[in-house]
Amino acid sequence: MKDWRYWLAEQRGTLLALGIFVAMFAIYSANHPAGFTANVVQTAANKGVLLAFVAMAQTLVVITAGIDLSVGMIFTLTNCLASWLVIGTGLETAFGVVAVLGTGLVCGAINGAIVIYGRLQPIVATIATGAVYFGLALLLRPFPGGSVNEDLADALTGRLFGVVPASLVALVVVVAIVWVPFSRSVLGRAAYAAGSSETAAYMSGVPIRRGKFVAYALAGLLAAIGGLFLTFFTYTGDAAYASGNAYTLFSIAAVVLGGVSLFGGKGSALGAIFGALAFRTIGDLLFVFDLDPLWQPLFQGVILLIAVSLGAFALFRVRNRLEWFL
Amino acid sequence: MDGAVPLFRMEGISKRYGGVRALEKAELSVTAGSIHAILGENGAGKSTLIKVMAGVVAPDEGRMTLDGSEVSFASPAAANQAGIVCIFQELSLIPELSVADNIVISDPPKRFGLIDRKAQRRIAEEALARAGAADIHPLALVKDLPLSRRQMVEIAKALARKPRILILDEATSALTATDVAKIFGVLRRLREEGLALLYISHRMNEIAELADQCTVFRNGRNVASYAAGSKSDSEVVELMIGREYSHIFPPKPPRHAAAVPVLEARKLSWTDRLDNVSLTVGAGEVVGLGGLDGQGQRELLLAFFGVLRGLTGEILVDGKAVAIASPSAARDDRIGMALIPEDRKTEGLMLPMTVRENLSFAALDRVSKAGVIDRAVEQRLIDDMVELLAIKTAGLDIPVGALSGGNQQKVVIAKWLMRQPRIVLLNDPTRGIDVGTKQELYQLMRKLADAGAAILFYSTDYDELIGCCDRVLVLYDGAVKRELVGAEITEHALIASALNIHGEAAGPMHGEGA
Repeated sequence: MKDWRYWLAEQRGTLLALGIFVAMFAIYSANHPAGFTANVVQTAANKGVLLAFVAMAQTLVVITAGIDLSVGMIFTLTNCLASWLVIGTGLETAFGVVAVLGTGLVCGAINGAIVIYGRLQPIVATIATGAVYFGLALLLRPFPGGSVNEDLADALTGRLFGVVPASLVALVVVVAIVWVPFSRSVLGRAAYAAGSSETAAYMSGVPIRRGKFVAYALAGLLAAIGGLFLTFFTYTGDAAYASGNAYTLFSIAAVVLGGVSLFGGKGSALGAIFGALAFRTIGDLLFVFDLDPLWQPLFQGVILLIAVSLGAFALFRVRNRLEWFL
Repeated sequence: MDGAVPLFRMEGISKRYGGVRALEKAELSVTAGSIHAILGENGAGKSTLIKVMAGVVAPDEGRMTLDGSEVSFASPAAANQAGIVCIFQELSLIPELSVADNIVISDPPKRFGLIDRKAQRRIAEEALARAGAADIHPLALVKDLPLSRRQMVEIAKALARKPRILILDEATSALTATDVAKIFGVLRRLREEGLALLYISHRMNEIAELADQCTVFRNGRNVASYAAGSKSDSEVVELMIGREYSHIFPPKPPRHAAAVPVLEARKLSWTDRLDNVSLTVGAGEVVGLGGLDGQGQRELLLAFFGVLRGLTGEILVDGKAVAIASPSAARDDRIGMALIPEDRKTEGLMLPMTVRENLSFAALDRVSKAGVIDRAVEQRLIDDMVELLAIKTAGLDIPVGALSGGNQQKVVIAKWLMRQPRIVLLNDPTRGIDVGTKQELYQLMRKLADAGAAILFYSTDYDELIGCCDRVLVLYDGAVKRELVGAEITEHALIASALNIHGEAAGPMHGEGA
């Protein structure tokens, strides 16, 4: 087999998610009253990147065969924190951004420490820490409010050169400085190895614990970047329980749509990003087709089921039934 | 090369697991530039000894010296750093990563702090070539490779770490004869380069061919060390099992004219792996499947067992064409088929579940009424099986994963015998199990055949095919190339037809000792 075929096989999940997203977005913009304009793209991008950041966060943990049910709450907590700190002069704002991102990193590191060194199940550990993070968010913002440095917010949610959505550029930058180095580093590979077969990884002298720890910590950081952008879009902090939980669950859906295996060891954050964008577009589709908002959850669920099933079509081609279980 | 001073030495090493004594004041010394074979039954302490050497488990007492200075390893990584690399019996490859990723896994080449993929590819290709497995593509995912290829990757991975002491624990058990020959070439070269090699195998002819020095373990102690070739096979086996060893294979009954065919295949084809396979297995017959590994033997067994889709050709049971759509159809009373799978740990057993649960899985329909399991009936059947197969277990309610390899395999076989199958398919059932258990399995196989079962037996070990089978079908590239009957089944004929060559051309193959 040629090299490119191996590459293709490896990227199948990501490419499928890209395809689903492109198809959905084409339908969306074709039916949008304004059509495919910079404005429509900007709005879609701003909505999409929030989930994209949280889905990237989820991907890192899922790769290690874990799951992070606190990502949505870290997202909410950092939103509330940003609404206090990311304000004032340039220097103060910069300090605020660093503090918010640092908080996310610490939240993720705490998850990692509990799961790895405390040897608790990721599901239980992150449900608990998620509740703690939400509690802190609620103390910070008992009622929605606060504000944010609007110059920075407008710059990051506007357009570059009048066409390119700045939030999308920010997403690309984050991918380039967080995901790419992670996936190519020794610790990134350790995270994959631990997710695929922890005993084999241990026997091979792979730094499993450090790899997993970094994955959890970076997940916290990415969720915090999401929280920061939420503040930029809304100009406020809001400790909304339902929203935090929805982001957690949607991030899992996005990850699966993006071809990341919940069993660990397989998948890419790029896939999860396309998965997130596709998932967001499902909601927008309802809007352009003028459906009653009451139907939205039902419709969203059905589309999600169909999209996830696409990934399972390969099973029809399996001729050795044992491969169903691999 | 200094033969007198051992490179590595273990003295008074003991290790207990709970109340079980795995090692008791074991000693071992390893010299550079030599191949040292370790022999012993499963459970004799070999695996623990190696795990101690490789830093996987810490010994309770005793000391280890490397180059004369005392060492201890906190982890496999620490042992690797000291130059001790082990190829474990349980493969240590990561299935979702590529071959190249796996080969460099413990110390990937780096550029600007990130993994250098080009350098990685180069190292992987070099290591594969050194292991004689240049045919494996470095970008292939490990999970897509068959077992024998994975084992070659495992060896390449060990070589890429530039070891001083290389431990091979049953490293050839899944390999084909050609691969084994290649690996032996590699090992001899490494010995000349001054490495110390520790070689653990249940295959006596391999040890005879390869080793310089042998040490026999029994009950956690080293009971004898001797220069290779200074003891006869039966002396060695006696040392290992501590009892007289004779007639490992049960006698074959004289062949009757033509057994009544129970299982028959007509022109079975499936993708490019099976090519017009026709065969019959009669009642009371043990028919072997030979050939190099990966020539379609496994697929053939799966085809009978209803696992493959898109199979063409006909399968007949008792002369009547049947459509077998799934393993549960295959085990149905009208067909009565059982398959002992290749990999007991994934396809044969639910490791964390108890011995009892594992034993009754395949026969749940027989021990239940209206969906409720009748514990008394279950218990009776289980007792029968434990007795019949002499399964050694501390109890029926311990996890099956806690049993030794040989006893695990007995559980896999027993769970199918509970259904009293008429057709038994065996896929390399003796891989990595000890001589004593192997012998019991051979006898069991013959006993089943004598009771009228039709047995189709695939083995990578030629001795087994010769010793157990009434007929052997040799597969090559998915097709039956040759049928050997009775006295025609010789090592020479098996190897020659496995390589799809005829006559004397196969003369200088390895392992012609038999």
